[in-house]
Amino acid sequence: MALIEFSDKGLFCPQGNFYIDPWKPVQKAVITHAHSDHARWGSQTYLCHHHTKPLLQLRLGDHNYQSAEWNEPVNINGVRVSLHPAGHVIGSSQVRVEYKGEVWVVSGDYKTENDGLSGAFEPVTCHTFITESTFGLPIYNWQPQENIYKQIQEWIKRNQQENIASVLIAYSLGKAQRVLQAVEKITKNIFVHGAIWNTQEVLQKAGWNLPAIKRVTNETPKQELKNAVVIAPPSAADSSWLKKFSPYRLAICSGWMQVRGNNRRSNADAGFVLSDHADWKGLLSSIKATDASTIFITHGFQSVLARYLTEQGFEAAEVKTEYGNDDDIENASNETT
Amino acid sequence: MKSFAALVIALGASTKTNDKLQALINYFGVADDADKVWVIALFSGRRPKRSVSTSLLQQWCTELTQMPGWLFQECYHTVGDLAETIALLLPPPQEQLIEYSLTFYIDQLKKMDKEDEEKKKAFITSCWMQMDTSERFVFNKLITGGFRIGISQNMMVNALAKMVQLDAAVIAHRISGNWDPSTTSFTALLNASSASDHSKPYPFYLAYALEDTLHEIGHPNEWQAEWKWDGIRGQLIHRNNELFVWSRGEELVTEKFPEYYSFKEYLPSGIVLDGEIICMKSTTEHSFQPLPFSLLQTRIGRKNISKKQLTEAPVAFIAYDLLEFEGQDIRHKPLVVRRSLLENIINKIPASCLQVSPIIYFSDWNELAALRLQARDNGSEGVMLKRKKSVYQAGRRSGDWWKWKIDPLTIDAVLVYAQKGHGRRSNLYTDYTFAVKDGDKLVTFTKAYSGLSDKEFTDVDAFVKKNSLEKFGPVRTVHPELVFEIAFEGIAASNRHKSGVALRFPRISRWRKDKKPDEINTLEDLKRLLHLYQH
Repeated sequence: MALIEFSDKGLFCPQGNFYIDPWKPVQKAVITHAHSDHARWGSQTYLCHHHTKPLLQLRLGDHNYQSAEWNEPVNINGVRVSLHPAGHVIGSSQVRVEYKGEVWVVSGDYKTENDGLSGAFEPVTCHTFITESTFGLPIYNWQPQENIYKQIQEWIKRNQQENIASVLIAYSLGKAQRVLQAVEKITKNIFVHGAIWNTQEVLQKAGWNLPAIKRVTNETPKQELKNAVVIAPPSAADSSWLKKFSPYRLAICSGWMQVRGNNRRSNADAGFVLSDHADWKGLLSSIKATDASTIFITHGFQSVLARYLTEQGFEAAEVKTEYGNDDDIENASNETT
Repeated sequence: MKSFAALVIALGASTKTNDKLQALINYFGVADDADKVWVIALFSGRRPKRSVSTSLLQQWCTELTQMPGWLFQECYHTVGDLAETIALLLPPPQEQLIEYSLTFYIDQLKKMDKEDEEKKKAFITSCWMQMDTSERFVFNKLITGGFRIGISQNMMVNALAKMVQLDAAVIAHRISGNWDPSTTSFTALLNASSASDHSKPYPFYLAYALEDTLHEIGHPNEWQAEWKWDGIRGQLIHRNNELFVWSRGEELVTEKFPEYYSFKEYLPSGIVLDGEIICMKSTTEHSFQPLPFSLLQTRIGRKNISKKQLTEAPVAFIAYDLLEFEGQDIRHKPLVVRRSLLENIINKIPASCLQVSPIIYFSDWNELAALRLQARDNGSEGVMLKRKKSVYQAGRRSGDWWKWKIDPLTIDAVLVYAQKGHGRRSNLYTDYTFAVKDGDKLVTFTKAYSGLSDKEFTDVDAFVKKNSLEKFGPVRTVHPELVFEIAFEGIAASNRHKSGVALRFPRISRWRKDKKPDEINTLEDLKRLLHLYQH
């Protein structure tokens, strides 16, 4: 019996009788992070990191939540489970599962660069590693966060000189907080969409010290929005909500902006290659750092990464999951104004 | 090169015409003249001769990156652009020693043409390793060609017009035709005296599709109607005892059509005809029957025309406008005047492969609407409406000329294969192959790449990713489930396709979410259309 099986409800540990990031309601769910394709509604109990718990409460409502610190072992039916920083978004964790000396790690989503918010990704030694592959092609090659922040700042300054508002599209959990870091260096006058406001409120209540922001409402005078810097989730990108900022320029902050075609298709005026996922080199170095000999590859460029790793001497196979439905370009269906 | 790379990035990223225009004007303001001329050339579809093959570029890139060939291919199919794929894959650059101009690189590439492979490799790879990603991208584009980067020729013409304070139509004319960017100076290019080039064509006047009702465009008396021929738009120039034929893509195609050589004897000198290059058999002196476009296709893209082709696919020129007469540009004269001059010239000529496009006579709009329904029987694809007093404008303009095509033929088909697209469809499954039923089997009959909205493409892309059965290189086979209505302009027999038919201009007209795969059309249905509409 494998320690983790790939079932039609999600990643299942039969020995411990729990699921990791199930996409259907189950009895016991261990959650890597609060994005909607990994944390789904309807399970009876949830285990997640302390930082993730308030976000799950915001997104999934009241449920039976148990939370743990990183590296704190939790015993589930005799299986030793622990969470380890994944560096993807605030609270995001890898799940380490150990039984009778055998260790498996489920990466969830992760990035290797420390963004200053999400905790530094920690490679965890294991026998079997289940990794994501969102950007699993060598064309995805990130620049350091500081470079991208500088590009964002320069873009905003140029817009300000021309008296044009700057609208930055960033997912409400993760990217928005990073963009905020970049933006607060050049202005204190930052407006956000309601979805980002709600996330920030929860984070601040949980003790996070984040830059001051203002919520855009129907009552916000148009005069105040002139020349403003606005952060909004992807759902706002094609909506009439943007009209109130006219004249404005639109920028999308996403790893997909690496390729010109995606950038052009997005109908935005600028694309900043800022991702919350590991790039190709990040994936490979993380996989090597686990010392695992068997690698399972989920959502993204599974077949490419599996073939590449196989050629490199790993036991590697692709796994079908229901993760990764646009969680970088991001569907924000659960987000309201 | 840095400023040109920055321009290309700005043009590709921006969605606002004004921002693009401004970026061009800024560039033209600071670039040196030789670079300006090359930018005009590149953005109007001219490019330096390819001195390195794309397979060599790929090979050197995979060597530098020590990457297996299949991985390069995966990247290429996702990016959808070879120049960009290489730019993204190369290792980080070393320090750049000297900054060179766009013209410098183009000159070097040209000089390299005769060199051996090792020398080429040394040059290209050393260039790569001194460039950042955007410079690498434009450098590779110079080699692979095709600067389709989100800017139209029209826009560039407008930017130039603004800068040199000339009318856009004048600029469009001056930069048209046959000029060599490496020997033409910026001043000479935009100077009127350069019109001494005898081959120089005029910019084509293109029509939009008619969207208003006929009653809204005015009284029928103000309009002239002609059949809309399904060939290649062409300009036939006779000056100084020389004959030139230009296609709409501003390509000089004189040699492809030996049928026209004899026109030199008949046509007066100093004239320019606008018309349609088309295959046809003449029936009587002034009537003709067009042959399908697929026949004309056998004539394009071949260097040498064989005797067999000349008999099987005879080409004619159907003239519908006169742009130059007795050496004078007469585009500003009203259409009726140009037309009567045209008729006077052509009707005297005994060559049956040079005809005037006949006028369709009608007294009211209803009558024209009824006549339009016969278009397919005439081998045409609809009707052209031209205001009688219209002058001959440059580029696509609305108001005075309209094309009014007949409704396309349609067939319901199921999606069976998908492949990722190019350009702005990078990393999306947007290129589809469709099948009709043949008994209890499916038989593929066409590909179609256009006709869906961005949203619909995203939905189909998600379906393909979820429902793919097998992967053959870049192609995925999918579960036959999604039904689409395919529209097309014509149908011809073909032994190159499994279905035995080839469609003219197929595209997706709508997504039939209301239909199940067993309700699609059959191969029999296609053959019936073939029987009805093949000429």
